[in-house]
Amino acid sequence: MRHTISILVDNEPGVLARIAGLFSARGFNIESLCVGETLDPTTSRITLVTSGDDWIIEQIIKRFNNMINVIKVQDLSELTHVEREMVLVRMEATPETRPEILRTADIFRAKVIDVGPRSYMLELTGDRDKITAFLEILRPMGIKEIARTGSVALAREIQNNKRR
Amino acid sequence: MARMLGAEMFFETLIHEGVDVIFGLPGGYVLKVYDVMPKYGEAIKHVLSRHEQGATHMADGYARASGRPGVVLCTSGPAATNTVTGIATAQMDSSPVVVFTGQVPTPYLGSDAFQEADHIGITRPCTKHNSLVRRTRELPRAIKEAFHIATTGRPGPVLVDMPKDVLIGEDELEIPNEISLRGYKPTIRGNIAQIKRAVEIIMTAKRPVVFGGGGLIWSGATPELIELVHRLRIPVALTLMGLGAYPANDPYFMSMLGMHGSYKANMAVHESDVIISIGARFDDRATGGNFPKFAPNAKIVHIDIDPSTIDKNIRVHCPIVGDAKHVLRQMLEFIPKDLNIDRREWFGKIDEWGRQHPLLPKENSDKIMTSHLIDMLSNITNGDAIIVSDVGQHQMWVAQFYKFNRPRTHITSGGLGTMGFGFPAAMGAKFARPDEMVICVAGDGSFQMNMQELATAVENKMDLKIVLINNEHHGMVRQWQTMFFNKNYSASHFDVMPDFVKLAEAFGAKGLRAKRPEELEATLKEGLYSDGVVLMEIVVDYEEMVYPMIAPGGAMNEMILEDIEREMIVESVDMA
Ligand SMILES: Cc1ncc(C[n+]2csc(CCOP(=O)(O)OP(=O)(O)O)c2C)c(N)n1
Repeated sequence: MRHTISILVDNEPGVLARIAGLFSARGFNIESLCVGETLDPTTSRITLVTSGDDWIIEQIIKRFNNMINVIKVQDLSELTHVEREMVLVRMEATPETRPEILRTADIFRAKVIDVGPRSYMLELTGDRDKITAFLEILRPMGIKEIARTGSVALAREIQNNKRR
Repeated sequence: MARMLGAEMFFETLIHEGVDVIFGLPGGYVLKVYDVMPKYGEAIKHVLSRHEQGATHMADGYARASGRPGVVLCTSGPAATNTVTGIATAQMDSSPVVVFTGQVPTPYLGSDAFQEADHIGITRPCTKHNSLVRRTRELPRAIKEAFHIATTGRPGPVLVDMPKDVLIGEDELEIPNEISLRGYKPTIRGNIAQIKRAVEIIMTAKRPVVFGGGGLIWSGATPELIELVHRLRIPVALTLMGLGAYPANDPYFMSMLGMHGSYKANMAVHESDVIISIGARFDDRATGGNFPKFAPNAKIVHIDIDPSTIDKNIRVHCPIVGDAKHVLRQMLEFIPKDLNIDRREWFGKIDEWGRQHPLLPKENSDKIMTSHLIDMLSNITNGDAIIVSDVGQHQMWVAQFYKFNRPRTHITSGGLGTMGFGFPAAMGAKFARPDEMVICVAGDGSFQMNMQELATAVENKMDLKIVLINNEHHGMVRQWQTMFFNKNYSASHFDVMPDFVKLAEAFGAKGLRAKRPEELEATLKEGLYSDGVVLMEIVVDYEEMVYPMIAPGGAMNEMILEDIEREMIVESVDMA
């Protein structure tokens, strides 16, 4: 199963390597990893997405909890939560494809953030499925390059229909 | 407040922490520390090892014998990388070792400067924690944090990397009184509801067993354990790391369990209905490694200070996170003192297993058998010495035949199985407890991995005994080749062997040798009761094998016993 884990850590050098090292030591893959400062500049929040059976995830979470620089760990997959990714897409833009690209951007509520003689750059935020669908639709029109972030996620305030 | 050098702060903080000895070896980036060292010579003794691995094992042996943290000081790059095996050894056995490494000046960090290595990166997977100090002012706090982390919760090694400019820089000394880390709050007391549940499970058990590990020793839980066992009449088996936590001369003691545990102990664990595991992590050596087949009818109560060990290998019915001593005390409150539990049936069974396949030393009129030698050593010393063993067959015979009656008298590398650990660790143990008799039992292979420390031992006029088992082989390797690799004795024999007696003499120690069974006792007695560093080389039968044995991945009741034909070859095992 896919798990989204939120880890609050000390904002110090080496902490990220420690987290990532736990995965490499066990030969596990990290699907995505996002890090950023929190409101308190001495802490960072890491959002990590990985797959594995429940037992393995439990082991990993226990290990995270053991790390001196880890303040709090949450497996968001057990909670109702919001998850977002962002993608920047540079589209090949010819006079013929321009209207279609803009229409698609509009449908997905993506923003045009750069316009050049041969290209458009679009920005989109959404959950993983939305981003993937967006890219699938754009692909035949000629994607030049993309930069995609991993997920960032937070639990919702109201925890109804708890999964699990 | 007084201004002082970083190097002086280093010593001031160490003294504040109660450190009285450090094991080390100088070099470029820590020279300032060595420069100011003479000023602090009264408070802190520096032991000059001949190799940083040696220094790290010494600090580890010091920690294991005393319960206090062992301290290492060395320079950067090659020195720091030399400590890695020692650090990993300490990590696997939860020993509080604090390693201080010199580092290139901060402006050079990451530039591939002379003798630069990424100590933090290299030791990250094998330390409990590590840190790089960036400013002189921060040094005392970093040191205090290191000691705090190394010695609390589940103990473990911590490395502090000290760039040269931090050590030669000047600032005001400010040693924090207390350390509080928001991400680190070990649980000491057990959850009361869980404790009540555990007591309920134990009180209704018919065939209970205590499965005790090294955590008992680190928490000092022996008196509480004895109390619990005597009130409830529960037989006790210990892991390799747990030996000494329960007195071997007590009738409830069943000896070591696991890969080379006794038939009796392993069968009792296998047939038990309740296992009370305390400070043991159910690793593959202690359980045989066949986790699904482990103690199939037992409910498991698992007491451990480290929550990440719970449910790691074995499914636990009643976990209690906390310090063993505290948790046992809490449990005792719910167990009446005057219980009169009838366990005749259970003990009858256990005695029967003991009679079927007793664990007995071997004797031979022609050759010295190592098991017999260890048994003799146990008798001569009355089970009262601190025995530091190295790694191999001899280590297992020590565990089987030396009768350890007190905690911290059995010291060995269990988790990592580090050859070369024994001798320097024995030196560390002797520094920690100078009034005790400390004996290193080493294999010829293991001893050759750190024998340069003979110089350190002689230099420090140590009263230290080495029983060196010469079987001309990597004995344990040979045993595996015999059992699992069709007797293909590849690279297990030593074609060239030093003359160990001359070697000892070359370093200024005393050397003795016994080759014949009739010489054994006299040689041991002469060696043990001579002053100074004494190496006793004992030439033994290289064909003796350690039994019983659970082949890797086996269940506790699937022991290979002596009387099963030696030809029995188990195919395709995972070579450890
Ligand atoms: C540093 C290291 N290298 C290799 C091994 C693998 N190994 C385990 S036991 C052993 C042989 C030990 O021989 P010796 O010290 O002579 O002891 P004996 O088994 O003969 O009693 C070896 C090579 C190890 N445990 N540690």
